Amino acid sequence: MSTDRRDAAILAEGVRKHYPGRGAALDGLDLAVAPGTVHGLLGPNGAGKTTAVRILATLVRLDGGSARVAGCDVASDPARVRARIGLAGQHAALDEVLSGRQNLEMFARLHHLRARAARRRAGALLERFDLEAAADRPVRNYSGGMRRRLDLAVSLIRGADVLFLDEPSTGLDPRSRNEVWNAVRELAASGTTVLLTTQYLEEADRLCSRISLMDRGRVVAEGSPSELKARVGGSRLEVAVPAGRDLAAAAGSISAALCAAPEIDPAARRISAPVRGGVGALGRLARTLDEAGLQADDVSLRRPDLDDVFLRLTAGPIREGKGR
Amino acid sequence: MSAPTVVAASRSSRLAWAAADTWVVARRHLWHLLRRPDELLGTLMIPVLAVAMFGFVFGDALGAAMAVPGTEYREFLLPGLFALTMAFGIGNTTIATAADVRGGVLDRMRSLPMSPVAFLAGRSLADVLVALVELAILMGLGVLFGWQWHSGPGPVLAALALLILLRAACSWVGILLGLLVSGPEAAMKYFALVFPLAMVADTVVPTHLMPGWLAGPAGWNPLSATVVAIRDLFGNPAGPSASWVADHAVPMAVAWPLAITALCLPLALARLRGLAR
Repeated sequence: MSTDRRDAAILAEGVRKHYPGRGAALDGLDLAVAPGTVHGLLGPNGAGKTTAVRILATLVRLDGGSARVAGCDVASDPARVRARIGLAGQHAALDEVLSGRQNLEMFARLHHLRARAARRRAGALLERFDLEAAADRPVRNYSGGMRRRLDLAVSLIRGADVLFLDEPSTGLDPRSRNEVWNAVRELAASGTTVLLTTQYLEEADRLCSRISLMDRGRVVAEGSPSELKARVGGSRLEVAVPAGRDLAAAAGSISAALCAAPEIDPAARRISAPVRGGVGALGRLARTLDEAGLQADDVSLRRPDLDDVFLRLTAGPIREGKGR
Repeated sequence: MSAPTVVAASRSSRLAWAAADTWVVARRHLWHLLRRPDELLGTLMIPVLAVAMFGFVFGDALGAAMAVPGTEYREFLLPGLFALTMAFGIGNTTIATAADVRGGVLDRMRSLPMSPVAFLAGRSLADVLVALVELAILMGLGVLFGWQWHSGPGPVLAALALLILLRAACSWVGILLGLLVSGPEAAMKYFALVFPLAMVADTVVPTHLMPGWLAGPAGWNPLSATVVAIRDLFGNPAGPSASWVADHAVPMAVAWPLAITALCLPLALARLRGLAR
């Protein structure tokens, strides 16, 4: 299932980065991203996601290991890497005073497009990202979603082969987030390789064909979202036992019905157990609980999500929210 | 939609591209001026208020101390305020540069195939062009307040060139500081430090009226050389020549800004390269 190293759009091997006083930001990062796919770097704050992107986008030099982006070495040939990539960082890196069109034209000129080509490109990108109506308004009046779309448009001026998105939906409302997700999907469909970092499990699940789970500067697990979930095991049944009922007795009944060892959480008065057979097992359990006279408050079948993967494979729970 | 082809930059055309990139960056800052003219007014507020305060509130008193009438003090004052305005530009440059570092605009530019020097040089070029506008407005106001030049177009242009040279040097100081401070808020906190630089100089009060321990440093303040030189070039009254610098004002008004630029420009470039560490 692993990406063939020779034609990987992004290939990192044993990349290390050490910041004086802060310790290792990257401690042997390995990454191989197939062309034309959306690959997620998922991890908690401080896992090294942003450092990885900054090294691959040639903003920061690596201390050890090697990395190639679009076939060019980031350490020895950063100029050629820069000509092939687009970067959208955590903050929309836009000029707030200028209009969307002026931003696009300015960055297009800095990509060394001639004046007329820059104007045409700006117009085409404004149309593609549905920003024509606001094209001549200052960016500081844009909504968060519009800003992100413009930021994406700017990062695509050169028709990048590889696009780096550092937490593309942080701080966006759900509607804006969907807009950005759609834009990312369209990009991948048109052949762009996208590497995105995220703290949002849902985002990685919905967008990425493969995910590298990062913790403390290295990849601790890699695979498709369903592969990662499969590593945690199948679905689990959860039963909430009403107050006043014997937890151990209930666990016994559940164990007998499911032929599996249950886990008991006395504080929440919940019993959970792995289950095979889906809805059939639910029916069996319902009969068992009924026969035992145990009126459960809540019975649910829960499929594992990336949260479970995360808890299982990293040091602690993922912290959603602000920060890098 | 196909991506545009890009003109390949050969080694020989790299300088031309650096110049083109510089102009693109400079034009960005000039667009700011057109879109937010109130920022220019904010910058001019200090010198304009200074004309009113020093020229009229303290004017007669300072004039009396110098044994000249208040009107003549205002002739003395205006060249000082021109140079002071150039020095206050450090604040704007620092804050704007720090904001570009913080906001990610610098990172984006560093990820482009553009010349990284252009990010700095464009800022400096824009500062100089904006300074021309500021000087035109200030000189117009000066004339309203009773200031005028008493020399031909040659010396007046030379005086303007010295002021622009000073602004260019201040711009590189601001760029370096902007790359060093932790953010635009920190830059604003340090802004007050421009005041001693601007006041402990032959700008508002003639150095011979300062305490002796202050007069020495004030004379060696880079602003003093420019101010003494342009007072002479405009044909405006000056305080009694009291220092070696004042006796060699024109060469020093060239040497100081060049020395400051020669110090700050390479440091700023090194800092820019150091960001990749």
